[in-house]
Amino acid sequence: MTPEELIQIAEERRGQQAAVGKRINVCAAASCMSRHSDKIAEEMSSHAESLGDKAEGVEVRCVGCMGLCSAGPLVEVDHPADEAAGNDAPKTMYRGVSMDDADRIVEAAAGGTTVEQLVQPTDIPYFSRQKRIVTENSGYIDPESIEDYIAADGYSGLVTALTEMSPNDVLHEVTISGLRGRGGGGFPTGLKWSTVAKTDADKKYVVCNADEGDPGAFMDRAVLESDPHRIIEGMTIAGYAVGASKAYIYVRAEYPLAIARLKKAIRQAQKYELLGTNLCDTPFNFEIELRLGAGAFVCGEETALIASIEGRRGVPRPRPPFPASYGLYGKPTLINNVETLATIPWIVRNGGDALASIGTAKSKGTKVFALAGKIVNNGLIEVPMGISLREIVYDIGDGIPDGGTFKAVQTGGPSGGCVPGNLLDMPVDYESLQEAGTIMGSGGMIIMDEASNMVDVARFFMEFCKDESCGKCTPCRVGTAQMLDLLEKLCAKSATEKDLELLKELCDVVKACSLCGLGQTAPNPVLSTLRYFEDEYMGSLVGGVSGDGRPVPDVETKAGAPDRIER
Amino acid sequence: MARQKLPPTQTLTMKIDDVDVTAKPGQTIKDVARDHDIIIPGLCYLDGLSIWGGCRLCLVEVEGMNKLLASCSTEVAEGMVVHTDSPKLRAYRKVVIEMLFAERNHVCSVCVSNGGCELQDMAVELGVDHVHLPYMDPDVNLDSSNDRFRLDHNRCIMCTRCVRVCGEIEGAFTKGIGGRGIDVRIINDLNMPWGESQTCTSCGKCVHVCPTGALVEKGTAAAEMDKRRAFLPYLTIMREAQR
Ligand SMILES: Cc1cc2nc3c(=O)[nH]c(=O)nc-3n(C[C@H](O)[C@H](O)[C@H](O)COP(=O)(O)O)c2cc1C
Ligand code: SF4
Ligand code: SF4
Ligand code: FES
Repeated sequence: MTPEELIQIAEERRGQQAAVGKRINVCAAASCMSRHSDKIAEEMSSHAESLGDKAEGVEVRCVGCMGLCSAGPLVEVDHPADEAAGNDAPKTMYRGVSMDDADRIVEAAAGGTTVEQLVQPTDIPYFSRQKRIVTENSGYIDPESIEDYIAADGYSGLVTALTEMSPNDVLHEVTISGLRGRGGGGFPTGLKWSTVAKTDADKKYVVCNADEGDPGAFMDRAVLESDPHRIIEGMTIAGYAVGASKAYIYVRAEYPLAIARLKKAIRQAQKYELLGTNLCDTPFNFEIELRLGAGAFVCGEETALIASIEGRRGVPRPRPPFPASYGLYGKPTLINNVETLATIPWIVRNGGDALASIGTAKSKGTKVFALAGKIVNNGLIEVPMGISLREIVYDIGDGIPDGGTFKAVQTGGPSGGCVPGNLLDMPVDYESLQEAGTIMGSGGMIIMDEASNMVDVARFFMEFCKDESCGKCTPCRVGTAQMLDLLEKLCAKSATEKDLELLKELCDVVKACSLCGLGQTAPNPVLSTLRYFEDEYMGSLVGGVSGDGRPVPDVETKAGAPDRIER
Repeated sequence: MARQKLPPTQTLTMKIDDVDVTAKPGQTIKDVARDHDIIIPGLCYLDGLSIWGGCRLCLVEVEGMNKLLASCSTEVAEGMVVHTDSPKLRAYRKVVIEMLFAERNHVCSVCVSNGGCELQDMAVELGVDHVHLPYMDPDVNLDSSNDRFRLDHNRCIMCTRCVRVCGEIEGAFTKGIGGRGIDVRIINDLNMPWGESQTCTSCGKCVHVCPTGALVEKGTAAAEMDKRRAFLPYLTIMREAQR
């Protein structure tokens, strides 16, 4: 593939698209698909066909996630030909589309009208307040078409990097972009890349961590399903920058659609010689293989993930040495999260400065969050770093449903904590969240209302950690089980003050002594709810009442507590 | 002119518990400390076996690091300042030992390893005079199906020494790890009775590296089980020499 060939493919595809008069885009990512959006798209196609001349110029295609998952299945009608000609061409989004609506929508699109009852307004803050980098193509391109991706400037970053930049130039751009790992740790990506690049070895690896295991998180899944080529491009650029020629994507087996699309994308990229040997007529070779995880949360931890790829039991090992110097098969290995890698093509195309101009002093760029729980707009959002929690909850999320009142937002999943209402105006960045006793995490955001019992929230996450502990190290194996017992006692209002003391002591020991991040962060949900809602703990003791005499919400109702998510 | 390469570092200097010590690159903190007669507690580490890093008893403080590090798995570095003993470390180690006692059913008075048990010794050494965590009293069983040996899960602390010696030294790979979290267990082959294992060579190495009364020879009564671990360093040294 030469730069000229890439431009040619892009122009050809854009030309084809510009010839389409009316296009019906149906979301075909997991959430809408679970409500049969694929069948709806099929019905639309065949109905358009049966209409014959009356539906002249109508094209039905599947696209990736449009974000507002709770309103799905989502369908958007646009007019590429008018857009290309510079004419006024309003788009129409439809929400909650069912099989029965399929024919109506096709007929309306063909006739230039709309189905008013189904219209989802798009001039709301949910759409206007987002800043889309990682998800820039989600919902706009057909994830199964490499030409669509190329027409959206896809692979131009890779081709530019290979033909016009040295590996050091790429490292430089990533470093000045200020990008930090989106997998939870927030480690500076440029620094990690440089470490791998500087380590001498006959072989190096790139690994994409797509094991997304936090309960309630589905950011990575959406990216993989909506824009799989983006990951391939990001990984290949990474391989060029650090000097690796082989890569693995470790994706959990519970994401069959993501796996199928990745497989297809890899084949397409190979065909176009965007993967393989002597890419862009340079000496650079790169190949990508998939590895499926079997559903253990701990296999998202980098050393456990490496063990799993090597075919061993997926348990963490002590670090140092870090994978950057001693990783897969003992070789220097760059391991990055899906979202981190998905930001890379944009950085190469627009320059590191462009990303660094978004966000706060130490947190640059955007972050994708999965909004869940008691919030009107459930779904996926991408926002600039530094936006306030209040804007996310009340503007983008449109507040709490059924007239409920906000109580807390949980970020960082089982490793994170809760932020109470009086801190809603704090900016969302790595440092501020940490100061508030939680973490950015991978992007799960669970909103809770007054009915939630915070002790029960802590119990839920501890149960998750206990179930997912690999059992290798004593503090996490025994500590999480003991802490869960104590939290259950609290929830049953049969705990004593001594139990609460013991719980606090165990939090300290498990945090300080565990081997890997799972154990080290397992106490966080308890510590943060203790910090902000200690009165609920006091009220949960035998014969206890909360500080202000307010009754502690009953646990039995399980109201507001995150749903039990089975892995 | 080509730049001359610097000679590789042969020794480095560091500080352990306020004593200046020298070390070879590639040595672990635990190793260097022992060379200087500072013994750091630990149950999963055993000379001659690969490093596991699971028991967390050997945690030490390293200046400049915000986390405690396992001394059995952390390599030394020039200028490193290590503290192997502090009130905080001692408190943590005590709780970890208590966790092991609370996790399964350790009834020393009737155990064949009473008096010859590393867990017991470590508890005495660290001053664990009682267990303030609730005992979990799990319903775990015992495998007596092997002709010569017995595996009593009640006494197992999941140090995985047996798994490592079986694979790394004997090459049989009979012992493995099944389940996870609090339900993790030592298993034989694909989780079958030990006596039915096709791979076990009945060499007994696992029995002798086991720190507790979890793996024992049959026919021993309370406090009769003597473990002999000296064979392991000897074996590894001889194998190295042969190579
Ligand atoms: C228990 C545990 C689970 C993890 N799960 C994931 C995961 O599902 N996806 C992920 O990208 N990182 C996960 N991580 C973080 C990884 O270990 C690693 O830091 C990350 O993949 C590095 O990529 P980044 O620098 O791009 O964030 C997990 C860490 C721990 C301790
Ligand atoms: S902290 Fe938990 S998950 Fe991590 S190694 Fe220890 S037991 Fe395994
Ligand atoms: S059986 Fe013995 S050697 Fe094996 S893990 Fe248990 S305590 Fe350790
Ligand atoms: S001896 Fe180091 S962790 Fe067990």
